[in-house]
Amino acid sequence: MIETGRFLIKQISVFSENRPGRLAAIAKALEEENINILAFSIAEADGFGVVRTLVDKPKKAYEKLTGLGFNVAFTDVIAVQMRDAPGGLYEIAKMLGDGQINIEYSYAYSGKEGAVLILRVDNADQAVRLISSRGATLLESRVFQ
Amino acid sequence: MMFWDPRMEEMPREELQRLQYRLLKTLVYRLYSFSPFYHDRMKESGVHPDDIRTLSDIRKLPFMYKRDLRDNYPDKIFVAGQDDLVRYHVSSGTTGKPTVVGYTRNDLDNWTASLARGLVSCGLGRGDVLQVSYGYGLFTGGLGLHYGAERVGATVLPTSVGNTERQIELMQDLHTTAIACTPSYLIHMGEVAEKMGLSIKEDTDLRMGILGAEPWSDTMKTRIEEWLGIKAFDIYGTSELSGPMFCECSEQKGFHVWGDLACIEILDPGTGESLGPGEKGELVVTMLQKEALPMIRYRIGDITSFEDGVCACGRTHPRVMRISGRVDDMLIIRGINVFPSQIEYALMTVPEVGQHFQIVVDRKGALDDMLVRVEVSRESFSDKITDLMAIRKNVEHKLRNTLNVAVNVELVEPGSLPRFEGKAKRVIDRRKL
Ligand SMILES: [Zn+2]
Repeated sequence: MIETGRFLIKQISVFSENRPGRLAAIAKALEEENINILAFSIAEADGFGVVRTLVDKPKKAYEKLTGLGFNVAFTDVIAVQMRDAPGGLYEIAKMLGDGQINIEYSYAYSGKEGAVLILRVDNADQAVRLISSRGATLLESRVFQ
Repeated sequence: MMFWDPRMEEMPREELQRLQYRLLKTLVYRLYSFSPFYHDRMKESGVHPDDIRTLSDIRKLPFMYKRDLRDNYPDKIFVAGQDDLVRYHVSSGTTGKPTVVGYTRNDLDNWTASLARGLVSCGLGRGDVLQVSYGYGLFTGGLGLHYGAERVGATVLPTSVGNTERQIELMQDLHTTAIACTPSYLIHMGEVAEKMGLSIKEDTDLRMGILGAEPWSDTMKTRIEEWLGIKAFDIYGTSELSGPMFCECSEQKGFHVWGDLACIEILDPGTGESLGPGEKGELVVTMLQKEALPMIRYRIGDITSFEDGVCACGRTHPRVMRISGRVDDMLIIRGINVFPSQIEYALMTVPEVGQHFQIVVDRKGALDDMLVRVEVSRESFSDKITDLMAIRKNVEHKLRNTLNVAVNVELVEPGSLPRFEGKAKRVIDRRKL
């Protein structure tokens, strides 16, 4: 049985009001601590949003942002290497769909590993086992952190 | 002892109303003849004592306000001369000039009698030790409770406010069974006791609190009762009525307002229309027997409702519920009266948001638009947008049910709303009326 824990990556989720300067404030705070933002996405609702970022030092980022008064949570995500060709995204989505795993959201990361999909799913352990059993490549958390 | 003055407290309602009418009539004639201030007021409103033919004709009389006392500082509207006065009290005047109230011998007797009835109705009497932790001196709380409790035979421990550790030692040593103070001071006392390694519930004989002089909620009452292991009774009054005056009975469903001493009305603060039992509005009080400083249709500015039926305790006098807000804080949203305190209570039932909030009122087209900003608590923040939307929906739903008016809710970052020491300014009204 595959040990799934090493594929779970700690994402930082930050509650943010939809007002100018909030994203900049987050970025500036992280920069002050020499924390690299590897990927990020913003989910917006009416009046507020959640900024999700993948950083190289999540614990430090959590402490810094919390210290500044931000509402911060850790969320486990996984990273799957995508075939860099049409249909790459579809393959992964179908794989998870067939396995009854819901994708809550996803966003892209592009590094030296090529195109990578960051995924938040409802059952990460099961997703890791499924994806590896189907021969797709998962990136370990130490690649980022 | 169940009743202090059974004949009066159980007086059939019709008889009580006849008595009220007689007292009102006498009062109005007396003021029309002897009070230049009230004489002029009545003339201005075009009402003559002969126009008072039933008790409900009280509605024809002009109102009195706090500013009338301020404008006539110190004693220009007193009806009794100084030689008939036996005491003064002075309010601190949080919103400007202080106000002075005066008492004749009869005024003090009626004040004490009112409290004696109330204290007996909540179960205080001979054998009790009442620690009076209201301020003594110019403030009416300390001396009022002091004489009321002595009258019913309780042993008074006049500690006044402050020196809390000493108060707790005395509470233990002299076996205090009841305390009279503000609810927030009692909570402070409970906290100080815990710092001393004591528990009010386990280590003292305290069984009841007679709490007032500031607004408090059901949540606070429940917390005090469970934490300190006591029964918490509401007491109400202001210096203009004499001082602390009316106290909840053992049924704890509002305080009885003795009809022979006071006549109450509840009005819609916006329209001035008279409201019935159970309807929330502004409390207006007429003191029927005060001599030195009569108060007619006095608009204290407190929001509450009343119940008219005979109480389960057997007393026939109407009951007034715990004060739920101040008129000054009232907003009218699409014709509906809304109080920030209602929002505060509603938010207490939603742990996902903090207790800080801000209200923004604006006008969109012809309609009022009310937005309530609340902080998402750290504990309840997950990264899911759907969870946050559900929190917002839940708050909107709770507020709608409490206020009877649709409200938009905005979730904001924790710590981002202004904090207040003392009186909170939580409303931003952008309507241009
Ligand atoms: Zn009763």
